[in-house]
Amino acid sequence: MKTKIASFLAAALVAFSGAAHAAGAPAPRMERYAADSRDVESLQRGARLFVNYCLNCHSAKYMRYNRLTDIGLTESQIADNLILTGRFEDTPAGPAFAATKPGDTMQVAMRPADAKTWFGAPPPDLSVEARVRGTEWLYNYLISFYRDDKSATGWNNLVFPNVGMPHVLWELSGVSRLDVAAHPTRATAEAAAIGAKAIALVEPAKDGYTVKTLALQDAGSMTPAEYRKAMGDLVNFLDYVAEPAKNTRRTLGVVVLIFLGVLFAFAYWLKREYWKEVH
Amino acid sequence: MWIRGDYTISDITLNRFFAFHVIALPLVLIGLVAAHLTALHETGSNNPDGIEIKKQPKDPKTGLPLDGINSHPYYTVKDIVGVVVFLAVFSVIVFFMPEMGGYFLEYNNFIPADPLKTPEHIAPVWYFTPFYAMLRAVPSSIAPFLPATQFYGVVVMGAAVMILFALPWLDRGDVKSIRYRGTLYKAWLAAFVVSFVLLGYLGVVPVTVWGQFPASWPVLGGADVATVASRILTVVYFLFFLLMPWYTARDKTKPVPARVTS
Repeated sequence: MKTKIASFLAAALVAFSGAAHAAGAPAPRMERYAADSRDVESLQRGARLFVNYCLNCHSAKYMRYNRLTDIGLTESQIADNLILTGRFEDTPAGPAFAATKPGDTMQVAMRPADAKTWFGAPPPDLSVEARVRGTEWLYNYLISFYRDDKSATGWNNLVFPNVGMPHVLWELSGVSRLDVAAHPTRATAEAAAIGAKAIALVEPAKDGYTVKTLALQDAGSMTPAEYRKAMGDLVNFLDYVAEPAKNTRRTLGVVVLIFLGVLFAFAYWLKREYWKEVH
Repeated sequence: MWIRGDYTISDITLNRFFAFHVIALPLVLIGLVAAHLTALHETGSNNPDGIEIKKQPKDPKTGLPLDGINSHPYYTVKDIVGVVVFLAVFSVIVFFMPEMGGYFLEYNNFIPADPLKTPEHIAPVWYFTPFYAMLRAVPSSIAPFLPATQFYGVVVMGAAVMILFALPWLDRGDVKSIRYRGTLYKAWLAAFVVSFVLLGYLGVVPVTVWGQFPASWPVLGGADVATVASRILTVVYFLFFLLMPWYTARDKTKPVPARVTS
């Protein structure tokens, strides 16, 4: 109880002092990642991973299944392969199971109240998550789960410490463990983090610094390279869900700029003709 | 409490600020547009030389100022070019970089609002950051006999904007245009620009960004470097205005030509 009050007061203090002391925990050295919204095959693979692994707990309630025709799927393909869920709806006769139709949004069957009891907080909706966290963060988050016997789920994460989410994809990735190396100075610690060529976290410790890296303990059904590629596809799909019209907007932008370029030429010519008399 | 309407920031505060921004500010804008048009008709436009063309000898035939030109068609066609250029910049942002790295569409805008969860780092939109840095730089307790409140910072932030309205009376210079101003004024202007840009940067980042002074230092020991820096820069910002009557009157200016140079 005492620690609860203390942490509440600390939270209140942070809130009232504005952004003061907001630097928080040190951020890990991330692996590079860039989404490619034109890679339709990657998006389709990402969609398959998303409905199989994420959509059991995380909804994407601002996205409709049949919008996935955007990424080259037909409506029957979507209905046969991607719709795996339904929902209990309250009717006068009690809760009734309603199958999800292609025109429905991507909801989950799990009720928020249950989710709260099971995970501490309901898993967030992922519709625009890629725009909250950024794609690189999501990619690194998904590849940095490790085994931690002290946490409630048995898993922990290097990017999001003490996250409530268990490592749902462990069968694919295998099981990683955390390696902590002690370094006397910040310089050697930073050098070790860069030398790791993978996600690494430098943290100040009692005497010197520690560098936290991950090492694969038990292999999964995918090699680390395959798993990274799969997570790249998944994040690419999340990026698409966060803004499905991204490609349209870019194509339209080119047309608009060409139009404005032509208009500028005429407007400047007109201005020059009139101002000839002034100078 | 008079501003918040409650003991904490609550629904009442939100409603008040919503009304203020949606009703009061547009009305102010209408008033400013009217004032602008009136001033444009009364005093006319300035020119890069800062010459009062209405005080010049008039054209004997028409009775109009010699250096004056009509707003239409000269400025209407010129403004069309400006509008097109603006639209091009605007379109590049809208179509290719709508989020602008989190500065135009902030990442927090994609999270549902939750009163129990305050984002770790709050920064205002980019065009407010210099004023936000000032708000943060002002301590809540400035003297032992005055109550400790964040209100002082709000006053400073408001004054930073309102002081611009006093400019016509603060400027004691003989010339209007920067072309004929002296080095003293230019130096102060440069200091102002530097402090404004740095404050703008400091308003985006947490105050811990530059670390702390060593604890062994007198007075400053342990203080956030960025906070001290923004205090100094805030003072520079205000000195630019408050000392303006003095340094503009002393400044050595160049002579202003009688007619507008082309």
